[in-house]
Amino acid sequence: MTEALLDIRQVTKTFPTPEGGVVVALDRVDLAITEGEFFVMLGPSGCGKTSLLRCIAGLEYPDSGEILLDGSRIDDIPAYDRPVNTVFQSYALFPHMSVAQNVAFGLEMERLPKSEIRSRVAAALEQVKLTGLDRRKPTQLSGGQQQRVALARALAKQPKVLLLDEPLSALDLKLRRGMQVELKRLQRDTGITFVFVTHDQEEAMTMGDRIAVFNEGSIVQVGSPQDIYRKPVNGFVADFIGETNLIPVSVSATGLSFPGGGVLARGLLADDCVVPNSGDCLLAVRPEDFELVDVDAAVIGEVIDVIFTGGLIRLHVQAGDQEIVAALPSHGVVVPAVGDQTRLRPITKAARTVGS
Amino acid sequence: MSAVTTSRPRRRRVNLRNFPLFRGTSIAVLVGMYLPLLLVVFYSFNQNRLAQIWTGFSFKWYDFVFHNDDILRALKNSLIVAVVATILSTLLALGAALGMLRMARSGRVFAWGLLGAPLLIPEIVLAVGTLGFFLTIKVPLGHVALILAHTAFCIPFALLPIRARLAGLDAAPFEAATDLGANEWAILRRITLPLLAPGIFAGALLAFAISLDDFITSFFIAGPGATTLPVYIFGMIRSNVTPAVNALSTLLLIFSATLLLAVYLLNRIRGNK
Amino acid sequence: MSKLRAHRSQGRPGQASSWLATPTLIFLILVILLPLLITVVYSFLSQPTLGTGVKWVFSTDAYRQIFVQEKLDGTTAFDTRYLKVLWNSFYYAGIATITTLILGIPVAMWIATRPVRFRALLVLAVTLPFWTSVLIRTYAVRQLLDETGPVGGFLKIIGVGNSYQILYTPWATIIGLTYTFIPFMILPIYASAERFDFRYAEAGYDLGAKRWTVLRRIVIPGIRPGIIAGIALVFIPGLGSFLQPDMLGGGKTNMIANVIANNFGQARNWPFGSALSVFLLIFTVLFVLMVTTGARSRGDQVRLI
Repeated sequence: MTEALLDIRQVTKTFPTPEGGVVVALDRVDLAITEGEFFVMLGPSGCGKTSLLRCIAGLEYPDSGEILLDGSRIDDIPAYDRPVNTVFQSYALFPHMSVAQNVAFGLEMERLPKSEIRSRVAAALEQVKLTGLDRRKPTQLSGGQQQRVALARALAKQPKVLLLDEPLSALDLKLRRGMQVELKRLQRDTGITFVFVTHDQEEAMTMGDRIAVFNEGSIVQVGSPQDIYRKPVNGFVADFIGETNLIPVSVSATGLSFPGGGVLARGLLADDCVVPNSGDCLLAVRPEDFELVDVDAAVIGEVIDVIFTGGLIRLHVQAGDQEIVAALPSHGVVVPAVGDQTRLRPITKAARTVGS
Repeated sequence: MSAVTTSRPRRRRVNLRNFPLFRGTSIAVLVGMYLPLLLVVFYSFNQNRLAQIWTGFSFKWYDFVFHNDDILRALKNSLIVAVVATILSTLLALGAALGMLRMARSGRVFAWGLLGAPLLIPEIVLAVGTLGFFLTIKVPLGHVALILAHTAFCIPFALLPIRARLAGLDAAPFEAATDLGANEWAILRRITLPLLAPGIFAGALLAFAISLDDFITSFFIAGPGATTLPVYIFGMIRSNVTPAVNALSTLLLIFSATLLLAVYLLNRIRGNK
Repeated sequence: MSKLRAHRSQGRPGQASSWLATPTLIFLILVILLPLLITVVYSFLSQPTLGTGVKWVFSTDAYRQIFVQEKLDGTTAFDTRYLKVLWNSFYYAGIATITTLILGIPVAMWIATRPVRFRALLVLAVTLPFWTSVLIRTYAVRQLLDETGPVGGFLKIIGVGNSYQILYTPWATIIGLTYTFIPFMILPIYASAERFDFRYAEAGYDLGAKRWTVLRRIVIPGIRPGIIAGIALVFIPGLGSFLQPDMLGGGKTNMIANVIANNFGQARNWPFGSALSVFLLIFTVLFVLMVTTGARSRGDQVRLI
């Protein structure tokens, strides 16, 4: 088991509200990030992921708890003494300095000799493919170029951990996809541990080696993208990552009773989920995990909407008081029309119970 | 329900943002503001000794002004005082602007009161008070006293553009700087001061204009040997009014206006936003 | 652990240290507060028999002198002269405040309703004269109003010239005060007007109000903070004006500042001048407090600086 490079222990952070109360941004968060990984912190806005990032950087101080880097505490030393650098969401380039001067700034703070600064700046600019633009001012650059300068500026210092605070959120889709690939490549080439904050679950799944899902100041689940997608630990994660139907079912001897009358046999559930013996619980089924059936249907209801989206057809079915969405492949399947009665069933081992 | 009226509403395109007479009043006020000044300039070219009675065009009063020893001495005094007071007041204003960022609320309120005092307190009160103060602590009237007094009331004016510029600065580059290894001193040197530079320069120009134009304080504090230009002009008006007064005034007007235009252009230099 | 505490009090990066303001504050205390203190002290001292300055003997004569006159035959009489000067000061400054208000609101509103690119230029045009010397501006008004000047000449042409005499009357002083202080009224009202959300006015129009009503009942209440600031910025310094009553009003429209100046000059009665200064100072402080706290209690945001 590799020692964690970045060890976050019971970190709590609160902020005072104007009305006089407090809002808890981080609630006794524990996290261990290993060296060389591309770690993503994911969650809706206000969940605490950015607060934790800023605590690691030193731009905020936790109320309690510890943050250790390579075994020694960093949460009580100022930001400028930490071997940790940040790529900011707004890039935060120095407007009065050129690109080269921006990138050189951190190195000048380390009082390195001029020749070494020059070569490291050139190397950093080459890494982000901005060679030749070193004399330009930030206002003369496009958004994507500014972002690369921010990246180069942080990378030039060769930090132990690179923190990225939603760096791609201001870019348009095509640029963002390109940068996602580049960032992955960069991380692989440099071997630096990246800690990447985003609210976009698709981005998180694309880029992360491991993902921590945050909600309301706590970490809900940590795991690889596959783990989080396939085995969400509760309804929040299931709903936040990808698309999920959260279906209230009641458990009985015969199986799980769906709204609308259908029943699903217990054997068809995922192996590692917990099924109560009786009573009600919540079932999570992803739209792409349904198939049309003639018998033993779990979902029985009327089709209220059919939407063609290229490779898939989205079927909205009203089963009892529950609207269920299924995504079926558009070819090779006879698709019911609006108003028809239809029968669906989750494919084997796809449905799983989740908490509330 | 009232009976339906048979007359049609007035068909006229009324711009709802334009209130009646506002444009006329505004133009009249603007014209009225500049008319007396234009008159001063106009009469400065009057050949006649009596300013108001025009006899012909002449540069002779400008010639007179540029060669009059008393005037030149007064100008020299004004410039000495203005330059030193500008440097001092700008530095002090800069310190105040930066220092107030981290003050507790109560400290900041006190500082604001102190910094705003020269603006709100009538200048005559400060002038005679400073006169008495210098007398009591045995500071002789003259250049030193003038510089001290001018510095004091120039500080709030130098502060205005500096504070405006400071308030317009984005917080993110400062966070980036500390993230990259800069302590407070390095941030001040490499980030804050360069970004503030246009504001500092504008503040200095403003302080310079204010010091140059000052009358009441200078009247009481200058003493016999350090007559400044406005005090001299006042004496000219009191005793012997010729278009020389207009010529001198015109020169001062042009100079102040140029300074202010420079400040305006400096304020247009883009900040981070 | 002390390192942590030290850095916890740092606040945001780039805020340096509050000690940077100390030299400035000390300087201002010395050169602004102490002179004010000396003025108060002087007002309780005595006039020396010879020369200028003060005699360090306690006396309340200065304050008495405002109300009471020592006649040559030794009797005392109630003195209305200085009270009249005080009244004049309030009166002239008050009228000037009203005129700048009547002129200033239209100008401020007009500039605020121009397209954005013109506004900066118009504001500059209004501000430019303000930064030139008050002395020159007051002299300029004097030249304008002089009976040999263009106004007099114009009036002569249309036939009313012979009885023309504005200079050395109270109206000259008031005109001078208005001229000097009108930018002080326009700028704060403009600041409020620029922030005013015109959609409120549009709602008024939508509900059937005519322009005058909208102005009176929606716009003007909306720009009230600016109006209050403008009134304060004109009236308070106006009270303490020296040059306008001196150069435009002759000796006949003396305001407080003229009497103070006179007593530090020819009359050589520094304690008396200081007592009047104290009066002026108290009025100033009272008015500023009245404006700022009164406005705050109504929830307005009045900023004089």
